[in-house]
Amino acid sequence: MLSLIDRRMGIFLAGLFILTVAIPIGNLAMEGQPVPSYAVSLLGKYLCYALLAVALDLVWGYCGILSLGHGAFFALGGYAMGMHLMREIGDRGVYANPDLPDFMVFLNYQELPWFWWGFDQFWFACLMVLAVPGTLAFIFGWFAFRSRVTGVYLSIITQALTYALMLAFFRNEMGFGGNNGLTDFKDVLGFSLQTDATRAGLFILSAIALATGLLIAKAITASKLGKILIAIRDAESRTRFIGYRVEGYKLFVFTVSAMMAGVAGALYTPQVGIINPGEFSPANSIEIVIWVALGGRGTLVGAAIGAILVALAKTLLTGWIPEIWLFALGALFVFVTIFMPKGVLGVIENIAPKRPKPAEAPA
Amino acid sequence: MISQLYLNGVTRSFDGFKAINGLSLTVDKGELRAIIGPNGAGKTTMMDIITGKTRPDEGEVFWNEQIDLTKTDEAGSARLGIGRKFQKPTVFETLTVEDNIALALKDERSVFATLFHRQTEPDGAKITELLDLVKLNGDRSRLAADLSHGQKQWLEIGMLLAQDPELLLVDEPAAGMTDAETMRTAELLKGIAGQHTVIVVEHDMEFVRALGCKVTVLHQGAVLAEGSIDHVSANPDVIEVYLGR
Amino acid sequence: MLFRALIACLLLLASLAQAATFEELAAQLPEGKFDDRAKVVEAIAGTGNPAAVPLLEALAEGDLQTLKADDRLIRVTKENKKTIAYDALSGERIGEIGRRDGRKVKVNNGLRRTIRAALSVLTLRDPNPFKRIEAAEAAFKSADAEQLPALKAALEAEENPTVMAALTTAIAATTLSSGEPTQAKLEAISLMREQGDQQALSVLAPLMENEELGEAATEAVAAIERSQALWGIGQNVWYGLSLGSVLLLAAIGLAITFGVMGVINMAHGELVMIGAYTTFAVQEVIRNSAPELFGYSLLIAAPLAFLVAGLTGVGIERGVVRFLYGRPLETLLATWGISLILQQTVRSIFGPNNREVGNPDWMSGAFELGQITITYNRLWILIFALIVFFGLLMVLKRTPLGLQMRAVTQNRAMAANMGIRTGWVDAMTFGLGAGIAGLAGVALSQIDNVSPNLGQSYIVDSFMVVVFGGAGNLWGALAGAFSLGIANKFLEPYTGAVLAKILVLVAIILFIQKRPRGLFAVRGRAVEA
Repeated sequence: MLSLIDRRMGIFLAGLFILTVAIPIGNLAMEGQPVPSYAVSLLGKYLCYALLAVALDLVWGYCGILSLGHGAFFALGGYAMGMHLMREIGDRGVYANPDLPDFMVFLNYQELPWFWWGFDQFWFACLMVLAVPGTLAFIFGWFAFRSRVTGVYLSIITQALTYALMLAFFRNEMGFGGNNGLTDFKDVLGFSLQTDATRAGLFILSAIALATGLLIAKAITASKLGKILIAIRDAESRTRFIGYRVEGYKLFVFTVSAMMAGVAGALYTPQVGIINPGEFSPANSIEIVIWVALGGRGTLVGAAIGAILVALAKTLLTGWIPEIWLFALGALFVFVTIFMPKGVLGVIENIAPKRPKPAEAPA
Repeated sequence: MISQLYLNGVTRSFDGFKAINGLSLTVDKGELRAIIGPNGAGKTTMMDIITGKTRPDEGEVFWNEQIDLTKTDEAGSARLGIGRKFQKPTVFETLTVEDNIALALKDERSVFATLFHRQTEPDGAKITELLDLVKLNGDRSRLAADLSHGQKQWLEIGMLLAQDPELLLVDEPAAGMTDAETMRTAELLKGIAGQHTVIVVEHDMEFVRALGCKVTVLHQGAVLAEGSIDHVSANPDVIEVYLGR
Repeated sequence: MLFRALIACLLLLASLAQAATFEELAAQLPEGKFDDRAKVVEAIAGTGNPAAVPLLEALAEGDLQTLKADDRLIRVTKENKKTIAYDALSGERIGEIGRRDGRKVKVNNGLRRTIRAALSVLTLRDPNPFKRIEAAEAAFKSADAEQLPALKAALEAEENPTVMAALTTAIAATTLSSGEPTQAKLEAISLMREQGDQQALSVLAPLMENEELGEAATEAVAAIERSQALWGIGQNVWYGLSLGSVLLLAAIGLAITFGVMGVINMAHGELVMIGAYTTFAVQEVIRNSAPELFGYSLLIAAPLAFLVAGLTGVGIERGVVRFLYGRPLETLLATWGISLILQQTVRSIFGPNNREVGNPDWMSGAFELGQITITYNRLWILIFALIVFFGLLMVLKRTPLGLQMRAVTQNRAMAANMGIRTGWVDAMTFGLGAGIAGLAGVALSQIDNVSPNLGQSYIVDSFMVVVFGGAGNLWGALAGAFSLGIANKFLEPYTGAVLAKILVLVAIILFIQKRPRGLFAVRGRAVEA
């Protein structure tokens, strides 16, 4: 386990640890509340994005699969958790129906659809947070990788996947709240989502999830399997000719990555208080890619940093001059791809004394 | 004697063009065989068919007289013991030289085996031995991308040997090598033959002569002549289509 | 023209000659037995006087009164809670009257029926052919047996073929509900069968249980349903072609940049949007300074949109894309960034809301082809898409630029050695693709909302077309666009629009598994890694 923590990972995890301790203390235990409550949830949201970025870096940075549909896995995880939170509301909704969420009463549902069964149980929802994105990724990947769809073609069909899901979730008939999504959550496991303590708890959980995700991703990439992933990225055909079934490796890493994205989504939903079909939009998924590219593709830690930087910039800029945000984001895409192919981390480590980091230089 | 590789009446066309047209070929176990032919004679397609990259439209391809190679994919043929070296050296550029060899090393190839894999003592020794053989031991922790063209050729040969294949398919090994290197490669291949079966596809007649083995001449997707280098060089058909130019 | 004028003159003369009798007859309306007054109504209708229509209508509605003062016939209406009287014959306004000033002309249901029949006869003779068609259609719907003689008489006198057809159907439908002999009814059924539309079906369906006519009606209904199913397919094909032409327009430029150059241009949709906004700007200028040119606004906008979008494209290629050749995934990301910038630029200039782009007259309206309704804007867009497609094909095949383009695609180094300025060719190719996106924008502005998000809604679809059809092949884009369009429209009746779209997307995802390089992929010898 310790062997996985190199200098880069060590610095990041230490920083994350300090944040995880300092933020809740600043919010809950200090005089005058130097850290406002909204900031706790905001930072928690950033950490979810960071985990999502790590998930994408695992497939793109290491295996060369540019998924433009990772937002879909994130949203599915978010919906799975959102469905549990909806069930938790019980009869405290506007229509006070103990069995049906408000939107179903509104849409004249007579009974709970079968795919909502079990979501009143927290453990079941947690299982689905992993199982739904994982299964979708597995089925999609099984078809795509087996027939050797690669490169931009793969990117385009992942985009079509999330687009199709977006259209589907916008439909009221789907039974996921349609346009409005799932919202008005009250509490989770009996803890009210409005209290500072619960928010701090969710923040800490997000930090733990991010650290765990980073370590799992690191463990995978540091193993022999990780080297095979890089081999696939560098020369897919060669990898086949020395006897590795490339599709199996891709499928494994794609599925793991989707589950990681699902967890990120599940932590995102209670902290933001809503999950809606907009999360499936292709634009969201592409934005994830720029987080990874900005931070440094194939570095894991860089992906997390990139996500936090972009999310922070978005919060600040949209609060300051809303019109400028899309200009800035657009320019970032262009700038990073042309001038910073190795991302922020690449720039920093070019300035810092060079140490051999053989396995992680992006192609 | 059991044949290593048996092709009978193999045909494969691309959009009406018959790249391989009724090709029949038998290679014995432990044999060293050179295959020559002009561009478009079907050499690459033949290797694609043997390694399962391309499926033939007709004909049969058998491995050890038992296993149908038309039903395998690239990874499957590699696991059976067919190693292939490309004309243009392809190595894993962003991995170290050592990792390149380590990945090729004969071992369990399943997803979970590689996830929990730990390198053993004998593996390490084997890697060092192979690196010594291809003279890359001093460069073992460099990135493969930083090697020279010739070194990449050798690294690829090292990877091929690490697979410990029964059959080696070698596509133009001498391309881009100096004369001295070419001769060393020929020696190496001759040394390997016997324990392994080796098929060399080559343009360079000097190199083929140096191999001193049975030669098959391909033309328009079928065998034109077969025999010793002197025998086929004397064949008027061969002179017509290939040597005479 | 002369002939028509002559007819109009004759009609005028006829009405003048009858004017006296008409007024006399009208004076007889308020008094007498209902039966006698019914005869008066028929006589009034027989005069064919245009003033008879409002008079009889007022009578049927119970708005006809006689003034106690001078027994004059008046028509009353309520305006602002006051009762206002008009002269029933001349239509002249008399003014407000009190409740006791007038005496209501009595009317019962029998008389009302007579009036209705008389009115329809009157409109059947109206000088305006559209009014006559309307009347015939109304007669068809009411299928009132009593109108049969009037309808037949009208048909005798009719000369306009369209009105004659409408009358014939009305007569057939009326015959079926009348006491006419069976033979006549059977003829009417076969006439309905020929007509073969929804209306005919509604007339025939109740007859299927009928003893004498049941068999013929059932057969006719079956035949009509069969032909309607065919027409339904035809209509779906048309909708599909129409959607396909939109997809083709959106995808065709992409097929150039993606297919010929291998560049994924995510800003393609925004170039379409720029084309649409150019159209908007052109129309604004025309509205403000030269409204008479509005009919030509699209013809003016098309070349401008091509130029604006094309120049933007050249700018994108020279400024960004050329640094990223050989790195398709990075190109994808960078052009996405450009798409965000373009979107926000347009939003900042034109505002975030939908902009209204008008349809010129020749783009409005629809016509019927058999039972298929075809709107002019969709038809023009289909024609436009095909013109653009074949024009582009010509450019690629017949012009030096096309030749150089193909040369650079096939062997960049060789082309450069032969003196082709590859950089210039790249810029022109990209600019051409972008310009075509601009043309697509002109067409889309006619059927879709022009907003900064316009491009986003087409980008996934147009990529699907290119991927499905096979990159690098314009014919593939054509086949892809139309087959996706038609597939979509055939699914829609069963699944609804959104689900149809989802199903098509899923089908493409599955299709790509089978043929990763698309429908029209160029297959070749296996190339090694």
